[in-house]
This record gives sequence, C-alpha cells and structure tokens, in this order.
Amino acid sequence: MNNFKRISQFFILLLLTGFIAACSSPSGQESNASSSTSGKSKKFKVAWSIYSGWQPWDYANQSKILEKWAKKYGIEIELIKMDYIPSVEAYVAGQVDACVMTNMEALDMPAASGVTSTALILGDYSNGNDALLTRDNLQVKDLVGKEVNLVELSVSHYILSRALEKNGLKESDVTIVNTSDSDIAPAFISNNSQKAVITWNPLIMEIKKQPDVKQVFASSSIPGEIMDLMIVKTNVLKDNPELGNALTGAWYEVMAIMKKEDKATEEALAIMAESAGCSLQEYKDQLKTTAMFYSPKSALNYTTSKAVIQSMDYVRKFCFSHGLLGENATSFDQIGIQYPNGEIQGDKNNIQLYFDSSFMEKAANAQL
Amino acid sequence: MLSVTKRSSWTDTLLSIFLFVLIIILYQYFAHQRHLLNPHDKLVPTFAQMLDAFTRSTFEPDRNGVYRLLDDTLASGQRVLISMVFVFGGVLMGAYMGLFPVMDKLFYKFFLFFDKIPALAILPILFIFFGLGEVSKVALIVIGVVPTIILDTYLRAKAFPQEQVIKAITMSASKSQIIFKIILPKIFPMALDSIRLNFKAIVLFLISGEALAATAGLGYRIFVVRRYMAMDIIISYVIWIGLLSYLIDAGICLWIKKQYRWYNK
Repeated sequence: MNNFKRISQFFILLLLTGFIAACSSPSGQESNASSSTSGKSKKFKVAWSIYSGWQPWDYANQSKILEKWAKKYGIEIELIKMDYIPSVEAYVAGQVDACVMTNMEALDMPAASGVTSTALILGDYSNGNDALLTRDNLQVKDLVGKEVNLVELSVSHYILSRALEKNGLKESDVTIVNTSDSDIAPAFISNNSQKAVITWNPLIMEIKKQPDVKQVFASSSIPGEIMDLMIVKTNVLKDNPELGNALTGAWYEVMAIMKKEDKATEEALAIMAESAGCSLQEYKDQLKTTAMFYSPKSALNYTTSKAVIQSMDYVRKFCFSHGLLGENATSFDQIGIQYPNGEIQGDKNNIQLYFDSSFMEKAANAQL
Repeated sequence: MLSVTKRSSWTDTLLSIFLFVLIIILYQYFAHQRHLLNPHDKLVPTFAQMLDAFTRSTFEPDRNGVYRLLDDTLASGQRVLISMVFVFGGVLMGAYMGLFPVMDKLFYKFFLFFDKIPALAILPILFIFFGLGEVSKVALIVIGVVPTIILDTYLRAKAFPQEQVIKAITMSASKSQIIFKIILPKIFPMALDSIRLNFKAIVLFLISGEALAATAGLGYRIFVVRRYMAMDIIISYVIWIGLLSYLIDAGICLWIKKQYRWYNK
C-alpha cells in the first residue's frame, strides 16, 4: 500500500512538472526555428532535392561559391539534401528557412498551411521534364476507362488534369493509381499490362528507352505552368535580406558558369550530373527539357510577366478542386498571392505567397 | 515488495488512464500554442480539427462521391483477410513440418532463411514480379509474416509430447488424424497467440504496400493526404488503425478464452 502511494505521488509529481514545463516553454515555435544567432554570424538552413533544375544548388555548395557569397554578407548557409516531399515538409515544420519547390507545392503546402513564403528565385520551368507516356500507341483520348500510374496530387496529377482537359475529357474518365516515384519506373517497364504512366525526369528518360513506349503529352505542351522556385520564409527574408542577397548572388554566379559553354561549364555539369546520379550526357539531355533562366535579366522578365499570373491561376484552381488548399477551403480565392507589380490574386487579407523580383533585379543590375 | 492489499478501483482506473490524459493535455497545449502563432497551421491539428476530419471522412462523401473511411477500411480489410488465409495455411504447414521428418528436412532451412530476409527490402522485386496490383500487396504481407508463423508453429509441434503421438499411432490413427485431432487442437491457441502478436507486422506491411501503389486503403490515404499536409486526417486514420488493431487483438483473445478454456495464462 505504501509503495502504491509512493508510485501515485511520483506520477502526480510527473504530471505537474510536465504541465509546468509545457506552460513555461517560451510561447511559440519560433524559438526553435532553425535560424540561430549563436556565434558571430547568423546561420540559415536551406533544403534541396535532386532535380535537373536544382542541381546547380549542390554545385554552388560543393564549389564553395555559396560559402563565398554567404561570407560576403556575413552569414552562414547550410545546404541540406533531402527527398522532395520530406524537404517541403521540413520547410513547413520550420526546420529549414528555405527550400526549393515548384509553384504548385509552394501554394498547396506552405502557403495553404499559413507559412507565408516568398519566391526568391525563379530558376526554370519544366519544358518536357514531366510527361505522359503510353504503350500500344494510345493517345490521350484513348485513355478512357484505363488506369494511369502517377504520384497522386503531384505535378504529374496536374499534367494529367491538363492533358485530359485539352482533349475534352474529365478526370473521372480514367482511374488514377497512386504509385510511389521510387517504384513507378521499374514497375511500368516490367509490366506490359500497365498502359499509361505520368512521371518526371530522369525517370522519363529511363522509361522512354523501351521500344513500345511513346510520349503523348508533356509539360512542354503547357510551357511555364510548372515553375521551379527557391522559396524562403517571408519573415526570415524580411529580417535578413542578406540571406536573399547571398542565395541570389551564388545562384547567378553558377548560372553564368553553366552558360559559358567552356571547360568550366563541363566540369560544373559533371559535378551536377554526379550528384544527380546520372551521366553527363543524361544530365545534358535533361537540361534540354528544363527551360533554365540563365541570366537574372531573363528570370526577372519572366517573373514580372503576365504569364506567371496566368499559370498560378491554373494551378490554384487545380489545387482547390482537388482539396489541396485544405478540405474546408471554400474558394480558390482563399489564399492570396502577390506579384511583383503589386497585383494580388485571391484574398488580399490572407496573402501567403509572394513573388519577389527585387533580388533578381539586384542581380540583373549587378548590385549584389 | 508487492503490496497484496486490494486497492480501491478508482485509483486503479486513474493510474491506467494517467499517461493517456497526460499526452492529450500536452498535445492540446502545444497545438493551441501553434495555432495562436499561425491560425492556418496544419502540422499540429487540434482535437476539434481531428474530429472534424474524422467525421468528414466517415459520414460525408468526398469529391468523388466516396465515403473514404469505409472505402479505405474495406480495401485494406480485404487485403488483410486474403493474407490471413495464408497465415492460417502457415500454421498447418508448421504443424506438418514439426511432425514429419521429410517435411522438416525439406522446408525448415528454407523458411528459416526466408524469415531472415526483411520483406521490405525485396519490395521493389515484388512490384516487378507481381505488378502494382493487389497480388504484390498481399505477397508482401505473406512473405513478411508467414515464415515467422510457420517457424513458431513448427517449434510448438516439435515440442509436442511424443508419447501422445505414439499412442495415437498405436491406436492406428492416420497422419491427418494425428495432425487434426491430436496436435492442432493443442497448439492452435498458441498459434492464435502468435498471430495476435504478429498482427502489428501485418499492418506494417499492409501500409508499406499501400503507400507504394494503390487506389484505396488506409495506408494509401495517409500517404496521399500527406501531399497537402492534412495531418488532421492522418492522425485520425492512425487512431482508427490503432483502434481496429486493438479490436482484432481483443477478438482473438476472446476466441482463445471461449474456445480453449484450458489454455490460460
């Protein structure tokens, strides 16, 4: 009995301490945000994942170009390689300050979760890196009643939706089989019973090597709609513009190397190819379907064009109709998106995504 | 020293729910804090949001007109049910292996080896062999769990008192009579127990399979809604899976208790 009393007392004590600890913890997750000021310079974490248009980030890191620019602005930048979706999740959870992602995920993951984000750099748009491949010479129109393998609710799903729309079909006309990107290519190649698949590079290159597979629709049919961005937390960028300066400076230094087409370019591309796990030739082939904005001027021009607003309109409508803005969302206008010219799409009282061209402009005017 | 005094029942109850309450209070506190900072936060949903997500998936058809929770539970349930046929087949296999030396020699090393292979590691191979349909998902569960069940039953059958088997043989019992009338009735409750304890592995393999390729299922839903960070749905699904597993566990316990009264703990 005595023991029991002691045990109960212990548990009650535990409960109380737990409760007090919980209450006294500094209100807010901001305190565990990754940007710490320990030491002299502020440290920022940036996540990236393997994709032809994002490999330059890894090169910037390996070649110390990123470090050089960070030093110039008195900060430290740690670049972390992750899988794509986990990297965006880490960004939303506040474990990293910036992350590369497409305009679609930028809208339906951080922005829809109330993590206000800024598109700092528009690196490229997919110009064939996402594609619908079929067997037996099936065209988009022939897909009625057929199964299509893809990663559901990803850019692939968006591609399917646009392909069907352009051919006068609805999504309910096909059966979508959600398939992990880790197995989608080998499974499709080895099973002749699968007739249609949508995925992205380098998997597309792999699947296209099959003699009976044809590409019937690709992101190049809807150019510019899927943009690859460097997304930074708006409040972090506001408080620390040097992070934006350093990232943008490093990015366009790498872009200049890639554009030169000399020995340095070859070396840089070789490093990018290696970290992407493909050969130099394969990586060059992937770059052909990636519309890179090599100069800050071209990126600036595109970011400030009407095309971005039109693309985001397609994407936000897709996101809303698929429940990606939250299942309780009542309209695609629920989330506000602000563009460089000040134009606002959606709710102007709930702006969660900013397209900021000011850093690219600084790079274009050589002010970094 | 353990106290033998009978404790009042309310303190017992209090103790057993203590940790649950603690976790719920702490969770709700953190969720509330996060929502104060960011009202749109999706990563740590409050209990109200989870309940809302649960009712939405249970009682309201989604945009495809499907009652999600029901649809997913049925799809997953079917996969588990089919693999259960193989699991019970495994019990029979184990009993035969334990009794007949030829079967023992032929299969024991084989299953021992297969038992050591982590099923998840050969998942890519399964998908290439069996495609992305139902077969590969059931195969994953079977390869992951059945060898364990076979080996477990095998050891039980091996440990079975030989005198009883010999006695049955002298009374001219046939081989299948020995299996079905003598050995199985004695080791079946133990086999049920080991199926019960392996159920977690079954669910684990089910979810892994569904995460990779599916059109419906409990694991499928968790991985799809992850694309838009619907933690409210994920957590309510996790609780639902936990609840179902608990009920199945309790059901098997009840079966053993009713059917095999002599087999007590």
